Amino acid sequence: MSSTPSSDSRDTPAVPALSVRELRVEFPTRHGTLVALDDVSFDIAPGEILGVVGESGAGKSMTGNAVIQLLEPPGHIAGGEVHLGTQRIDDLDEDAFVPLRGRHIGMIFQDPLTSLNPLFSVGEQLIETIRAHLPMNHKQARGRALELLREVGIPAPENRLDAYPHQFSGGMRQRVVIALALAAEPELVIADEPTTALDVSVQAQILALLKRLCAERGTAVMLVTHDMGVIAETADRVAVMYAGRLIEIGPVEAVIREPQHPYTRGLMASIPGIETSRERLYQIEGAMPRLAAIPSGCAFNPRCPHATERCRRERPDLLPAGTSRAACWLHDPEDPVIPVSEEVAADGH
Amino acid sequence: MATEPLESAAGGEVLLEARDLARHFDVSKPWLNRVLERSDKLTLKAVDGVSFAIRRGETLALVGESGCGKSTVARLIVGLYGLTRGRLLFDGEDISDLVNRSGKQAAAVRKRFQMIFQDPYASLNPLWRVGTIIGEPLRVFRPEMSATQRRTRVGELLEQVGMSPMDANRYPHEFSGGQRQRISIARALANEPEFMVCDEPTSALDVSVQAQILNLMRDLQREYGLTYLFISHDMAVVKHMADRIAVMYLGHIAEIAPAEQLFATPRHPYSRMLLEAVPTLTGMGKQRSVIEGEVPNPVHPPSGCAFHPRCPHANARCSQETPALIAHSDGSEVACHAVEEGRI
Repeated sequence: MSSTPSSDSRDTPAVPALSVRELRVEFPTRHGTLVALDDVSFDIAPGEILGVVGESGAGKSMTGNAVIQLLEPPGHIAGGEVHLGTQRIDDLDEDAFVPLRGRHIGMIFQDPLTSLNPLFSVGEQLIETIRAHLPMNHKQARGRALELLREVGIPAPENRLDAYPHQFSGGMRQRVVIALALAAEPELVIADEPTTALDVSVQAQILALLKRLCAERGTAVMLVTHDMGVIAETADRVAVMYAGRLIEIGPVEAVIREPQHPYTRGLMASIPGIETSRERLYQIEGAMPRLAAIPSGCAFNPRCPHATERCRRERPDLLPAGTSRAACWLHDPEDPVIPVSEEVAADGH
Repeated sequence: MATEPLESAAGGEVLLEARDLARHFDVSKPWLNRVLERSDKLTLKAVDGVSFAIRRGETLALVGESGCGKSTVARLIVGLYGLTRGRLLFDGEDISDLVNRSGKQAAAVRKRFQMIFQDPYASLNPLWRVGTIIGEPLRVFRPEMSATQRRTRVGELLEQVGMSPMDANRYPHEFSGGQRQRISIARALANEPEFMVCDEPTSALDVSVQAQILNLMRDLQREYGLTYLFISHDMAVVKHMADRIAVMYLGHIAEIAPAEQLFATPRHPYSRMLLEAVPTLTGMGKQRSVIEGEVPNPVHPPSGCAFHPRCPHANARCSQETPALIAHSDGSEVACHAVEEGRI
């Protein structure tokens, strides 16, 4: 069941659960059009967990919201295609899209309290969700709800079914949200910072649960988070985003142990580690550009130690780099940019 | 008030000492509801009997999950909350009554320590220019300074935290989260404090910005010999910053140990669990033993050792008797019956 794809699923022969191609999201404003996502392409195979990482404003949540068409107006998809299995879904209108949410794409958000309706018991919310998507009567749905609560590890579910969300602790609430997201056995789950609001001990429980349930069902997961530790322990592949673009994608071990893009390298070196000891953390100078002021060429060039004239002029596409792909001219097969120094790469990562 | 000097194994003069700190909050319903519903008063013991000492120039970290009382300890120390019980000694002087002091008496102590808060969006007045924000502690504690002197000093402070003196004329909203935290640090440094209480100073920041702020804080510590009480829930950040670490659980200290030692050989079962649960970059594919349960409601803490319902080593004594912090020969202090009895 847990069909972990081959290390490089660029050309997965089977149909991916989700396929995003050259996705572009724009926000028209009074001062011109902001491009929030540009040329984002990736696939997620059934049963695979793709981690999407980046710092705030990189566009990681935006990517998830674009896939499920929950972009805040005036944001809209301005180009590219999104396929769920064999069906193209980016051009569906709202009426045609509604049946997909919950039934085919499950969602888990950061804050479990705001994801649950405080006025209805957990059981009522589960039964409503199940009956909206699956042909079941109330009694059958109640049985299914109990089964789901048991599966997500809620003790004595028959007593908890009629409890209200405020009577649950944070971790238990997130378990209920996971039960809701998986209620209709969707092919894809989008989990946006599912454990950020939780304590570490509970975070470990929730991640293990999510991983197990999705492997059992062959559900594809898009795990959006800022926490590299969570990605390292949960995801099969990683996509790193910067300023609305995908700058590196590859198997999790490769991206973490041998990051290929200078930004990913800097990011890894700036994370304090429990096993490692360093006098100083590596610093990437500056901050991510605002959407209104994305530099020409490679968006990372003003902060990049290796940047050349070409990086300021020409934007790199994702190029093969080791077992990953990275959007950096360092990896141009014809005319690679020569890195200036390797002190970052030599920093134990 | 005689304060016998505290001998410390690792040497160094004790700058701040907390003895049996406690802070209880009344969380009962209003009087009328209590009478009608016949319910009792409810007390939340956010901090209940916490003792530690911080030596001059060192960084002591407080870690723990939400609700363990670490932020309450910070607020007790800087005098934002009054003590329910216990004593606080700062550089030999009893400051337990700081919250009630006013005027010159309070100022004499208060200007010697500062606090950096978690949310740099909430801790800067949006209507003031950055120069006014950083200059405020100078206006309050050094009224003899002229406006020109103050402007020069603000410029110096901004440069110290890696910003430009020109930024003094701008407003907080013009800056990113990391830059705002730099402004908070500049403001905290204005009166050359000896001691800084940092309550989750980087948990609202992205990792690359966090690295910049942590490096800055270490540079400043080296340059000015600052003493830090560093509060965080992030074990990796704590490991990077701290000399010694105190692990808190439900208002008590479970273990205090030198940083390296705590990470190499955690002794309290809760410290072990915390370290085990942290996701790491190197722990890929690691099969971890997931610890069951969550932090109980602090209004109704478990009897005896607060951790016993989740502890794999708990026995009858653990559920009845609250363990005290006991010093061990390796320099750690652990509050655990199982460790004391040599069971683990």
